[in-house]
Amino acid sequence: MNISHFLAMGGYAVYVWPSYGLTATVVGLNIFWARRSLRQAQREARRRLAALKLAASS
Amino acid sequence: MAWVWFHRFGSPPHFYRLARRLAPWFGWPALILCVAGLIGGLGLAPPDYQQGDGFRIIYVHAPAAWLSLMVYVVMATSAAVGLIWRMNVAHAVAASCAPIGASFTALALATGMLYGRPMWGTYWEWDPRLTSELLLLFLYLGYMALRSAIDDVARADRASAVLAIVGVVDVPIIHYSVIWWNSLHQAPTVMKFGRPSMPASMLVPLLLMLAGFTFYFGALLLTRARGEILRRERNAHWISAALEES
Repeated sequence: MNISHFLAMGGYAVYVWPSYGLTATVVGLNIFWARRSLRQAQREARRRLAALKLAASS
Repeated sequence: MAWVWFHRFGSPPHFYRLARRLAPWFGWPALILCVAGLIGGLGLAPPDYQQGDGFRIIYVHAPAAWLSLMVYVVMATSAAVGLIWRMNVAHAVAASCAPIGASFTALALATGMLYGRPMWGTYWEWDPRLTSELLLLFLYLGYMALRSAIDDVARADRASAVLAIVGVVDVPIIHYSVIWWNSLHQAPTVMKFGRPSMPASMLVPLLLMLAGFTFYFGALLLTRARGEILRRERNAHWISAALEES
């Protein structure tokens, strides 16, 4: 298969490739956001735990 | 037996650990299914006899639109479970759905505009399908705004659950809009009774993409729900155990 023929998408390249690009962006961002959200929650939980230990020891 | 399962599922430490173990079982199949779907959809499927190669947008547009609806149903169902049985884990799942659903609703609208321009000659039309899908985006955004406006988590859970449950009426409206009204949007290809109106070479990649996006959502939801559960939890004992594992 010819690569430039493939990229031309039968004249629909300006609609097809931005659609796929946007989709890849949203899929990637959601992975990043989900991981960041979990990491933040874990950090906050650690901080809370440390504060509890401090309160218990004093 | 069922009640034992229900209670275990509703126990935050158990759900937290289960979600961590299950996530890769959703993530890896999602990747494999999507790669296979993309090879089939971009490479192997023949051009459409009417829409040419432009129809290949369907392989990202339909999965995004499917997630926009499926995520909403999951969100409203878990919100209802949380409200009825006062189950914290269910509220955490519902809250985790909203940002995922909102982003895929926006993606369905954006890829739909890029699909509509060459096929209908317009990016946007106040058509029943497009308008009801836009309303879905506002429902997600409203749900998120309502949650962030209320500081007390338990109150935010209850108020946003009511909004999610009321908003679920939009889901059948979106699905049947192309049948009930005279719409620019094409009628369902897969989600209907009877045989899908596509040859297998086009249909199989679409089904792979739909399945891949569904598994992908599962992995995202499990990851987000773990964070949401930690945010709600005040029991120091299991938090320290959970943090050591992860």
